[in-house]
Amino acid sequence: MNASLSKLVGGKEGLVGLAVLAAIIFVVMPLGLDIFRLNLVGKYLTYAFVAVSLVLLWGNGGILSLGQGIFFGLGGYGMAMFMKLEASDPITTKIQTTPGIPDFMDWNQITSLPWFWEPFKSLPLTILIILTIPALFAYLIGFAMFKRRVGGVYFAIITQAIALILSILIVGQQGFTGGVNGITDLKTVWGWDTRNDSAKYILYYLNGFLLFGAILLSKYVLNSKFGMLLLAMRDKEERVRFSGYDVSNFKIFIFCLAAMISAVGGAMFTLQVGFMSPSFVGIVPSIEMVIFCAVGGRASLIGAVYGTLFVNFGKTFFSESYPELWLFIMGGLFIAVVMFFPDGLAGVWAKYSHKLNFFKKKSSVTASTVVVDATKKDVSKNIANDIGVTNIEGAKA
Amino acid sequence: MSNTDFVLAIEDLTVSFDGFKAVDNLTMYIDKNELRVVIGPNGAGKTTVLDLICGKTKSTNGSIKFMNHELTKLSEHEIVREGVGRKFQTPSIYENLSVYQNLEVSYPKGRSVWGSLFFKRTAEVKEQVLKIAEEIMLTNFLDMEAALLSHGQKQWLEIGMLLMQDPQLLMLDEPVAGMSAKERDQTAELLNKISHNRSVLVIEHDMEFVKKIAHKVTVLHQGKILAEGSMDQVQEDEKVIEVYLGH
Repeated sequence: MNASLSKLVGGKEGLVGLAVLAAIIFVVMPLGLDIFRLNLVGKYLTYAFVAVSLVLLWGNGGILSLGQGIFFGLGGYGMAMFMKLEASDPITTKIQTTPGIPDFMDWNQITSLPWFWEPFKSLPLTILIILTIPALFAYLIGFAMFKRRVGGVYFAIITQAIALILSILIVGQQGFTGGVNGITDLKTVWGWDTRNDSAKYILYYLNGFLLFGAILLSKYVLNSKFGMLLLAMRDKEERVRFSGYDVSNFKIFIFCLAAMISAVGGAMFTLQVGFMSPSFVGIVPSIEMVIFCAVGGRASLIGAVYGTLFVNFGKTFFSESYPELWLFIMGGLFIAVVMFFPDGLAGVWAKYSHKLNFFKKKSSVTASTVVVDATKKDVSKNIANDIGVTNIEGAKA
Repeated sequence: MSNTDFVLAIEDLTVSFDGFKAVDNLTMYIDKNELRVVIGPNGAGKTTVLDLICGKTKSTNGSIKFMNHELTKLSEHEIVREGVGRKFQTPSIYENLSVYQNLEVSYPKGRSVWGSLFFKRTAEVKEQVLKIAEEIMLTNFLDMEAALLSHGQKQWLEIGMLLMQDPQLLMLDEPVAGMSAKERDQTAELLNKISHNRSVLVIEHDMEFVKKIAHKVTVLHQGKILAEGSMDQVQEDEKVIEVYLGH
């Protein structure tokens, strides 16, 4: 049991990595930042769920989804629908033509609650929906794509198209969804006010724990035979198929798991930020999340969290100080990652932490490591090409 | 078609790509524990035959029976699970995994999604990996990243990955291409060893190598069988000399 536990966290080095991240999220940030900034970090950390899901899907499985915003959005909207219903009790909404329904429905001449809003009256049902519907949707997309062996660039484009369709649908169906404004004025969960400082602290910590849960779950998956098969599929899909595995089932599963993790992030976003809008569903956020993952190191779960924090801190800092510069910096950063740090922050760490000789035995530095380093370069070159290609497609779209 | 004692019974197999018949009415039987080599000039349809057996290409007509089970309707992974293993022409291994992991991932348990999530690396698995590693002469390289192996070692590793599944029929597409003379000898020895309790179907160009391993040789030409028999018989055959071996 102890051995499997140590394997789960990735040995001593993995444990230190997790502990450092935990210290930063649970101690350093809350102590060092005021509640406004901490809430902001909490928001970034909800994106980290998506970045972690992309590490599973893209970094390990080689399946690039440019539509993770779909699932982030579905999770976020699920939570927003619940909170909106709670905020729309007949007393507060008595000036409406139809009291007791969300305000935007009233503005759009809708006189009764649409059927698909009904389940969101209940919190347990809402949570169940957040955990299942995005995964189910991912299952349908995955089944349709992977069983037909649609992959690579085509899969990326199709997920992007679905993200676009969903955001257009949300904007277009204003009466049912709140349209382009999204669902706003969210206040309470079961009567508990989520807007005051203590609630913000609690939600920040809840978010942190859930994120760690997602990372540990992902670590378990990656350490299992399933994880090894993911890598194998990324390298040589045919060989896996001709070793007796139904490759499509594995892809569908990891896509569903990634969707579920992203959806939890979305739900936590709504709780902490207090609204949800279509601008977190479409193409732009979906691609941004791929950038977070790439900057952090697309194969590293913990790297993805740092990447998300790093890019978002940069975004906040620069858009406060030099708003016109931010897009250029973001573009430059991405080019730099592709050209020089194909394994992102995690790759940089792996390269230079050697020199600290912190965990490694001294004997490991021999001629053979030089050879390994040389081939690693080749491997990362391939990854660079891979990212490069996908970026260009992202940019074109 | 009636049941037979053959491990593999191919009857009237035809595949046509836009009217071009890459394999034309092919009938071929492989015995238990037989090591068969298929030779023939480029474009004769050798690789296509392997593709058809393992399900990579779907046949237009005819039947492929493996231990009296029809394969033509099955998908690739189902055919593998029946007990047919196939090695590709270029070494097809997982370069980013270690040699050990390459073999372990090929272990025929935990083949479903849930099965793989809860797959236990038991002593039995380890034993099997070590046994196969010794057979393919890679015991000293178990921890090495597979990308760092020599070309010949990669070919052996892929054969080892198939042996992990203990297939009843092993199909190898040009297993010694690009190997040194010494590696060829070692591979011949390996193939002779592993064909003791299973049937092996090999595609090969290197006639010296074929002589060392073949029980029986089939010569393909334009999707049809030109000749079949022992190596000596085939080498004497006028038609074979005409189209393939040369005078």
